Amino acid sequence: MKIPATKAIMECLLEQEVDTIFGYPGGTILNVYDELYNYRDKIHHVLTAHEQGAAHAADGYARSTGKVGVCFATSGPGATNLTTGIATAHLDSSPVVFITCNVGESLLGRDAFQEVDSTGIAMPITKAAFLVRNAQDIPGVMRQAFAIAANGRPGPVLIDFLKNVTAPDQLIDYEFVPWRDNRNCDGVRELSVSRLKNPEPDRQDVDTLLDMIAAAERPLLICGGGVVRSRAHEAFREFAEKVDAPVAITVMGGGGFPGSHPLTTGMIGMHGSRASNMACDTCDLLIAVGCRFSDRVALNPAAFAKQVKIVQIDIDRAEIDKNVLTDHHIIGSARKVLEMLNEKLPQYKHDAWKNQILPLRAPSVAEESAVLTPQQILDVIHLKAPGDSIVATDVGQHQMWAIKYLHFDYPGQLLTSGGFGTMGFGLGAAIGAQMGNPEKRVLHITGDGCFRMNCHELATVQYYNLPVITVVFNNGTLGMVRQWQSLLYKKRYSETTLNRGPDFVKLAEAYGLQGFRVSTRTEMETALEQALGCGRGAVIDCVLDIDEMVRPMVSAGAGITDFLLS
Amino acid sequence: MKQTMNSERKLYTLCLLVEDVYGVLSQVSRLFSRKGYNIESIVSGATDKPGIVRISIELFSDGLMIEQIAAQCRKLLPVKAVKILDENSCIRREIALIKVRAEERSARDEIIQIVNIFRAKVIDVDRSCLTIWVFGSQEKHRALIDMLQDFGILEIAKTGTIAIERGRSTIYDDSKLKEEYEYGKNVL
Repeated sequence: MKIPATKAIMECLLEQEVDTIFGYPGGTILNVYDELYNYRDKIHHVLTAHEQGAAHAADGYARSTGKVGVCFATSGPGATNLTTGIATAHLDSSPVVFITCNVGESLLGRDAFQEVDSTGIAMPITKAAFLVRNAQDIPGVMRQAFAIAANGRPGPVLIDFLKNVTAPDQLIDYEFVPWRDNRNCDGVRELSVSRLKNPEPDRQDVDTLLDMIAAAERPLLICGGGVVRSRAHEAFREFAEKVDAPVAITVMGGGGFPGSHPLTTGMIGMHGSRASNMACDTCDLLIAVGCRFSDRVALNPAAFAKQVKIVQIDIDRAEIDKNVLTDHHIIGSARKVLEMLNEKLPQYKHDAWKNQILPLRAPSVAEESAVLTPQQILDVIHLKAPGDSIVATDVGQHQMWAIKYLHFDYPGQLLTSGGFGTMGFGLGAAIGAQMGNPEKRVLHITGDGCFRMNCHELATVQYYNLPVITVVFNNGTLGMVRQWQSLLYKKRYSETTLNRGPDFVKLAEAYGLQGFRVSTRTEMETALEQALGCGRGAVIDCVLDIDEMVRPMVSAGAGITDFLLS
Repeated sequence: MKQTMNSERKLYTLCLLVEDVYGVLSQVSRLFSRKGYNIESIVSGATDKPGIVRISIELFSDGLMIEQIAAQCRKLLPVKAVKILDENSCIRREIALIKVRAEERSARDEIIQIVNIFRAKVIDVDRSCLTIWVFGSQEKHRALIDMLQDFGILEIAKTGTIAIERGRSTIYDDSKLKEEYEYGKNVL
């Protein structure tokens, strides 16, 4: 059947069961938006204030739901505004399909109005970037893009349509094929470069690991982002309980293993807990699941867990031995590998080892004090907000505090830019998460520096009537940078003090949202209760001391137990 | 035991089989600039399989880095196969065209003699210069160019190095490693 090219784009989205997209229209993508108008009852488009917000929202949607996020933008500045969002999704392996349009074929390469080489820019920050110059390619490219984004190690894919490809006179052959079937249809297979096969972890590799576990006296597990992405939390929990080993959780692994579980030692790495980092140096077998040993975990890769046998379980072969040399590895999705391991794994007991490590965990009770502390804020959130609330953070001190003091119990509960460290990620991600999880409460935890970057998305929160609560850890400074300046740069606070507007309460009100300012625990309790009950978006501006620090801390490049701050 | 990686820098040839799709060469070459590595030479040419192109890249690297670059290359969707070759495992060849000054008859005669010794060929001649075609290893080319320097070299064009493994093994061989990469790629 012949249908218009733009209709095929919409039908391809429906094939993938896409019902929500985020984006921003513009000149070259007009034809696509015109078609979207016909589909407005089937595909809900969320118009953000800025393309970056749309990119983060699609990312937050993908991370929280496990589905592929979709984001639209126009050519030129529209596409470049996406780039931070694409890179964020890329570094954290989040499946998002970005769709942009470019100028027409006749103008391509002539520096036309709003022209930029979008696929060239996106090349290093996507799994694949397609430039579509022929309308007939649309179904094949769309199907392949979704398959690439969601499979293997997930990640972002960019499709750039030339404007003439989307012209109303472009008619193409199209037949609706649901996504479960279209992985095998011609369009995909033709363009496919990979053999059609399902990943099956090597049985022998799995058996080797089983032997290593049997020989270990002091095993330690690291729960990485791969556990979250493959939704392997149940298999991981069973694995951890059977091995009876302490579990350290990376920033990206938050939600992969219950934060309140008796085996958890908390975060590992630069701001890792004493228990996690000490365990790393004293264990005899370290099993990292879906973890790439980034420089924030293995601060000094050459010295990292040098004395122990390191086993890496990862879906991506290129991650093996990239940062830290390992003794053994298993390739495959975390869930599959763990399920295979669990089948044969007997119940172990490592009480002596656990008694050595687990008592090192810091007591997590917020101390009483006259002034508000970060831990008190998070304590209030922990007690008052629903236990399954989704938490989106920005980047910096508040991020580390939130991950340290809040407990995450399921994948997709914590949305944070761990790899790319994108300030301004949180609000967009919270919008995406709320759209994908209307039944859940979504909290956006941010700092005053980060919030200032993309606070214009409050307009989106207000317009779509999203009950997102933004909690601003307002210490009047770029806290994490100031912390480094305090500790490593002789307190020379170069351009980090934020003694300037806006007034976040008034800002919230200007956007038609509820605003609160709190400076004690009691005020925080009241404000959060009101915010939770008000039925719309709210901003809670929490006044903090400028010199609050994230503890503990290990310097970049140092040994994992060489704490600069305890 | 943990692998111990060779940290000695030497000349590697990375051979890739890629699908002949839009932007594939820049996708591959950017992986080198990303790691701050300079490509000594890069050659792209057709293979016996239609739509499949072989790219040969020469660079100085240590063992760990070349493995990582190869790993990243294998992840690219259009890349079908990657093989790391070094001088012990492969045969390398390149072609050079050298235009050399020869205004007197004596100079011409002498150049032709040198060319014969190197089993090169004179492929163009006029009253003031000769153009020489030479095929072989880089060392051979270097030696010839060194000899011709005395006459005055006007211009050199080189193809860059192509390489192929010694013995029966080929780039098409399946291995566990190759299968492992299919996991990280798109599994459709």
